[in-house]
Amino acid sequence: MAEKTKLKTRPMTMIQALRSAMDIMLERDDDIVIFGQDVGYFGGVFRCTEGLQAKYGSSRVFDAPISESGIVGAAIGMGAYGLRPVVEIQFADYFYPATDQIFSEAARLRYRSAGGYTAPLTIRMPCGGGIFGGQTHSQSPEALFTHVAGLRTVMPSNPYDAKGLLISSIENDDPVIFLEPKRLYNGPFDGHHDQPVVPWSKHPQGNVPEGYYTVPLDSAALYREGGELTVITYGTMVYVAEVAAREAGIEADIIDLRSIWPLDLETILASVRKTGRCVVLHEATRTSGFGAELVALVQEHCFYHLEAPIERVTGWDTPYPHSHEWAYFPGPKRVAEAFKRAVREA
Amino acid sequence: MRQKPLAFYVPEPSGRPGHATDFSYLRLQPAGAAPKPPIDVPPYDTRDLAMGLIRVLDEHDEAVGPWAEDPPDDELLRKGLQAMIRTRIFDARVLIAQRQKKTSFYMQSLGEEAICIGQVLAMRDGDMHFPSYRQQGLLIARDYPLVEMLCQIFSNDKDPLKGRQLPVLYSVPEMGFFTLSGNLATQFPQAVGWAMASAIKGDTRIAAAWIGDGATAESDYQTALTFAHVYRAPVILNIINNQWAISTFQGVAGGEGITLAARGIGTGLASLRVDGNDFLAVYAASKWAADRARNNHGATLIEWVSYRAGPHSTSDDPSKYRPADDWARFPLGDPITRLKQHMIRRGIWSEQEHQATQKACEAEVVAAQKAAESHGTLASGRTSSVATMFEDVYKDMPAHLRRQRQQLGV
Repeated sequence: MAEKTKLKTRPMTMIQALRSAMDIMLERDDDIVIFGQDVGYFGGVFRCTEGLQAKYGSSRVFDAPISESGIVGAAIGMGAYGLRPVVEIQFADYFYPATDQIFSEAARLRYRSAGGYTAPLTIRMPCGGGIFGGQTHSQSPEALFTHVAGLRTVMPSNPYDAKGLLISSIENDDPVIFLEPKRLYNGPFDGHHDQPVVPWSKHPQGNVPEGYYTVPLDSAALYREGGELTVITYGTMVYVAEVAAREAGIEADIIDLRSIWPLDLETILASVRKTGRCVVLHEATRTSGFGAELVALVQEHCFYHLEAPIERVTGWDTPYPHSHEWAYFPGPKRVAEAFKRAVREA
Repeated sequence: MRQKPLAFYVPEPSGRPGHATDFSYLRLQPAGAAPKPPIDVPPYDTRDLAMGLIRVLDEHDEAVGPWAEDPPDDELLRKGLQAMIRTRIFDARVLIAQRQKKTSFYMQSLGEEAICIGQVLAMRDGDMHFPSYRQQGLLIARDYPLVEMLCQIFSNDKDPLKGRQLPVLYSVPEMGFFTLSGNLATQFPQAVGWAMASAIKGDTRIAAAWIGDGATAESDYQTALTFAHVYRAPVILNIINNQWAISTFQGVAGGEGITLAARGIGTGLASLRVDGNDFLAVYAASKWAADRARNNHGATLIEWVSYRAGPHSTSDDPSKYRPADDWARFPLGDPITRLKQHMIRRGIWSEQEHQATQKACEAEVVAAQKAAESHGTLASGRTSSVATMFEDVYKDMPAHLRRQRQQLGV
């Protein structure tokens, strides 16, 4: 954070911050190429790559056929050549056709070739719900990636981290699944869907350095410091946690994982050993979700410090519905109840 | 009027154990009959080549027709023949080693040796090969040390892949031999991506992708064709149609009533169908496709018509699903015999040289095997250090893997 104050900053949305990261990396490294559906001339359905093709040319930034396995498969081949592809899957809900290329190939290339070949790819995927996206524009598939040895899974929650983490991901030599909560593209969202959205320009983390900087992978952020309770979360749920703690009147340590896996275990353990209480939050469905791994890790490492059962507030074990969006989304009310149970009932 | 009930159709091979195959489905053409278009031919104009069969060697072992023009020099033919012989002998020896439990698994390329060897000798150093598991000839033709291959097969303490991979799933970056994967067809779009990268960087190197007839049914196959067409990628897309995917006849992969090369035409790729057991045709077609790619005219799809003469793998028994004498009856014969006869006829080879080469190759393989076994085999249990199991999952070992390594006590 010390570095942040030295750099010239300006307000950016998460979209602008991500675009700035790609712009800077395209400028710095000739081996970086960006492609995916609609990312070229049009600049992406979420505008994340707007202007990049005009600036760097269509051999650096280009449109791809609608073929997720083709996009990732071609990127792996480019990585083997020596390029550093940054590819986009339009929605995380549509990564499934590329599963074989991501799980069987990108994740294992270094291992199976004993380091002879690597896959220095970044696969960007807009994820998450809260936008009336229904079943195939709302999913949070992070647990499918965290289960795969060889992948890094990253999710920012604000423009500053989005840019710094994306630059780190692009520079990292391991394949990185870069999940972007599209609900946070234009402003933070705390789950109060009936209230107007505050833009990033009104949020401290929306002030983003214009030039190059990084946010390290494998490092969590202690987003809010409390002391009564540890909340482990990432993405949109960071803001839900914040408002829920306020509404429940609980002083909570809110840990924004940022790197979901591999993760920053030390920050988690230090907090839980201090508070003795832990709630895990994610939008994704509950059973075998990443929360289960977090609960297991905390249980394993903090058993003698725990004063209450570890709670999980997650999406229900159903496909993501359309009309029942707010009954599905783990909003402030459900989260606050869990916080109260964790702190007061045990 | 009552309608007849619908009938479900499942392709079947004409030959089964105890019943000879009718090979008339192969759509053969005589040697020399197929024209040779210029390398910048529009893809659609190769449709007759995709439905026909490019052959150079005729039944009298003569090289005939337009694809016989600009032939490889005698030295290359000798090199090709020697590499085919070495590959076959290597396969036979490792098969025995597998039966002796020195390795868990092996896959021969019996009968298909001409295809990858003919192609790799038509390529340049620096070109990139994305093989499937039956292109060991790519390495052998370029004199990759047999002992290295055997160390991988034996998973011993000199295994370049540290015992992580199933035998034959080699990875040889220094020879442009991409790391083999057990997942079929995945390397096809990767090869296209490598070729796209070469074009993006304004390089002059090209890529070659390899797939079997069965794996063309995988979605990555069609994906690769689309990307190769869309971006005019400098890549050769090779399909080895050896008629069999384990027990499944190529008709079940979609080859009935149509050729596999024909699918390239529909995707906008120049497409050739070539006698895969005719070394001269393999070399000529590969050279043509390489020249086409290198001159920015785009990708070429090549269906190599051949026959999987051996079992699918050491875990397979073909007598359970096909006639025992099938290879002997396959109309395109044995690639080694055909090139040998041609070279003898040309006076650049002899029966004596052939036998001497076979002897020398056997001695070479035996020596390589002895050298490899001195570093252990799966049976001896002398493998790479278990601690290396946790390495290379990531570039740097994350904390959780360090913990797990400590838990294992290594």
